[in-house]
Amino acid sequence: MKIRLDEVVKTFDTFRAVHGVSLDIESGELVALLGPSGSGKTTILRMVAGLEYADGGRILFGEQDATDIPVRDRGVGFVFQHYALFPHMTVAENIGFGMKVSKVRRTKAEVAGRVADLLRLVKLEGLGDRFPTQISGGQRQRVALARALAVDPKVLLLDEPFGALDANVRRDLRRWLREIHDELGITTLFVTHDQEEALDLADRVVILNEGKIVQQGTPEEVCRAPATAFVMKFLGDTNRLRATVKDGIASLDGLTLDAAGCPDGPADIYLRPGDLEWTSEGDGVAATVSRVIDRPDGRRLSVRTGSGETAELDVPPETVVAAGDRGVLRVVRMRVFAA
Amino acid sequence: MTRRRVLPGLPLSLGITLFYVGLIVVLPLGALVFHAASLGPEDYWRVVSSARAVASYRVTVLSALAATAFNLVFGLALAWVLVRYQFPGKRLVDAIVDLPFALPTAVAGIALTALFAPNGWFGSVLAETGVKVAYTPLGIMIAMSFTSLPFIVRTVQPVLEDLDPTLEEAAQTLGGSDRSIFLRVILPLLMPALLAGLSLSFARSLGEFGAVIFIAGNQPMSTEITALLTFIRLEEYDYQAAAAIASVLLITAFVMLAFTNLLQARALRHTARS
Amino acid sequence: MQRGKRPPRVGDNPAIRRTLIAFVLVLGALLVLAPLVVIFTQAFSLGPAGFARTIGHPDTRHAIMLTVVTALIAVPVNTVFGIAAAWAITKFDFWGRRFLLVVIEIPFSVSPIVAGVAYLFVYGLQGVFGPMLDSAGIKILFALPGIVLASMFVTAPFVVRELVPLMQAQGRDLEEAATSLGASGWRTFFSVTLPNIRWALLYGVVLCNARVMGEFGAVSVVSGNIRGQTNTLPLHVELLYHDYQTVGAFAAAAILTVLAIVTIAAKVLLERQGAGRASRPALAAPTAAPGNAK
Repeated sequence: MKIRLDEVVKTFDTFRAVHGVSLDIESGELVALLGPSGSGKTTILRMVAGLEYADGGRILFGEQDATDIPVRDRGVGFVFQHYALFPHMTVAENIGFGMKVSKVRRTKAEVAGRVADLLRLVKLEGLGDRFPTQISGGQRQRVALARALAVDPKVLLLDEPFGALDANVRRDLRRWLREIHDELGITTLFVTHDQEEALDLADRVVILNEGKIVQQGTPEEVCRAPATAFVMKFLGDTNRLRATVKDGIASLDGLTLDAAGCPDGPADIYLRPGDLEWTSEGDGVAATVSRVIDRPDGRRLSVRTGSGETAELDVPPETVVAAGDRGVLRVVRMRVFAA
Repeated sequence: MTRRRVLPGLPLSLGITLFYVGLIVVLPLGALVFHAASLGPEDYWRVVSSARAVASYRVTVLSALAATAFNLVFGLALAWVLVRYQFPGKRLVDAIVDLPFALPTAVAGIALTALFAPNGWFGSVLAETGVKVAYTPLGIMIAMSFTSLPFIVRTVQPVLEDLDPTLEEAAQTLGGSDRSIFLRVILPLLMPALLAGLSLSFARSLGEFGAVIFIAGNQPMSTEITALLTFIRLEEYDYQAAAAIASVLLITAFVMLAFTNLLQARALRHTARS
Repeated sequence: MQRGKRPPRVGDNPAIRRTLIAFVLVLGALLVLAPLVVIFTQAFSLGPAGFARTIGHPDTRHAIMLTVVTALIAVPVNTVFGIAAAWAITKFDFWGRRFLLVVIEIPFSVSPIVAGVAYLFVYGLQGVFGPMLDSAGIKILFALPGIVLASMFVTAPFVVRELVPLMQAQGRDLEEAATSLGASGWRTFFSVTLPNIRWALLYGVVLCNARVMGEFGAVSVVSGNIRGQTNTLPLHVELLYHDYQTVGAFAAAAILTVLAIVTIAAKVLLERQGAGRASRPALAAPTAAPGNAK
């Protein structure tokens, strides 16, 4: 099912949570809504589900206007952040709930058969008689997913699906969710504040800030060509060096860099720690090492430039370097944004 | 533009609620206020400031203050003992604390009177030392203490249970004595709950009727509480006076309610979490 | 040797500990337990036969009946109201929500006498509806309806007060989940909400019932105290007491005391199921307890 959001607006009391968001999600796509807290991502997800009503704009499921269809009849599967499993029902009863309350009559055997299938799908065979409090967090997450899938939803919506889990469990469940998605081919939208999770899992990432979409695209597009300084900073560690741009050329401590398209005036140069190299001499920004930080996969240098700005860069672990060493930062890649 | 709500049932549930609250709570109290107001300012003042009424306020307020002060000590000790110590019969004591809430006030009234009457178990012993309880303000105080005891225990107890033990430990590592830790760390943390319990206890005492009238003696000007005076005016078919005096009790109750809510809001502001 | 022992906390000093426990037990025995004992001692002071004579008297039987009938009407009505109010207040955001809750709690702070007087001014002859009702031949005051109404006023907050904090803490996720799975409103309430509030609901109902059956002040104003007609059991206790039928008064009181004891027992059992905790006022001073954070 293809989903389209058309200039959707949501205001809470006086606070505008979502400012005219338009978004197309193709049938069978797995899309991440990524943003910091307060960026409106959960509100958008809840509006798609029908758990909030939009104050303006439209939400379309296929060709049908779903904006005012109540959540009961919208046919979405929603996985809540804290799962919202019914504590007084067993795992099997939780999964079967949607089928029991459905307008479509099913026999007990049909429900039981489908519940068994779903338990198998989420690899929880044999746990159907347990209560939610008797299983682990990762298992609860899978029950919540099975419960949402049981109603054959047109679209699957997940709110911070891995937010409450340990790092290890989180990684496994991520891969597994991707597999289930590929197997069922159901249009899926999930919310996260974790860039790694979004990039790892999604076909397409929609980055939000302050109720607006700042960029959307494949993981490659948003990583390689961040549209704004916000996206650049939000996706990972960055260094910022101040520069001035004139006629498409940025100058920084005597170094000139290509800044085509950037207006004249003060600008910020953003670099990832891997975008810099450490050399003893050559073209680049002169700097002094202030600290060497060793990590399992390499070495990170904390340096201070000639103009007094600080930066961090990654070097191979065998690099011979110590605090106090002087050298040059060579710029391999960078992005310039007007300040 | 008003959109539909996500969960169903607001019109029905709110409709029932407003209808019921309107009919059962707001309408009668409004009628009472209206009736008292229809007296006119001069007559109203004459009724509520009559010597007998003022004497009833005096005995009611003083007894309620004494009862609350007594419960401050007894209730705090009870809460402390129930939370901090283990001893045989503790669960029974914990359960019995609720007796004053569960026991009908009239039953409490006649039971306390039987105990403290001059020929009663306690009354006869006290009479030898020259202390009279029944039919004196002291009796009123005891009846009020009895009915309002659970308020302080039940507001302080959960807070004391949930008190972060590391705060106490921190004070110990800093060299505090038991006495100073209790006074400077524990008591301030209990204060919002304690104040709320005290104001609930005081409010309840001011309005208490059933438990008091049996033990009070009910002599005008000395042992007649305000609630009883209201009742007497009714029996005399002096409805205007009854309304006026009842309105004084009502206003006092509202002031106490506002005060308690203020305390609650203040306490919640401190504990506000994201 | 301190080994294996817990280091002492504030107040663990044995002398303080013993003094405090003794203080509390002695005062508790004198002030709370003694009244309980005296009721039964007096009730049975003429032996079981004397007790039975009072209980068997038609007026006492009628008072018991009237009390039970009052509870049978007032408690279910209050329960429905309590559920409706808690649902409206906790599942929706609307203007004046907090104020509504304060208004519902007013009966807790108001003297029962004030409540009784207030009802006179609505349904009495000098009241708002009184003359109208009188000409229509409907009797509210000094009859069962007045007793029921006054009881409902006094106990209006009981169920709400138990449900609101609990349902607030539970949030709206479960209901939203059920609705997103296609359940209707009633279905959501009966199969998702109700099972998770049942103990708190029962707790509120038990306390409400105890208060309805034991209410004295408000009912004594509106009932008219007509022996054998509008006397509830607590009013009957007073009547017998003032007639110097002390044994009879205590025998009737003993029935109410048994009710109180049953109520407390039910309360303890329900608290073991987790009920009652949520309604304790959230008045804790700031104490961040990291161990309790979930």
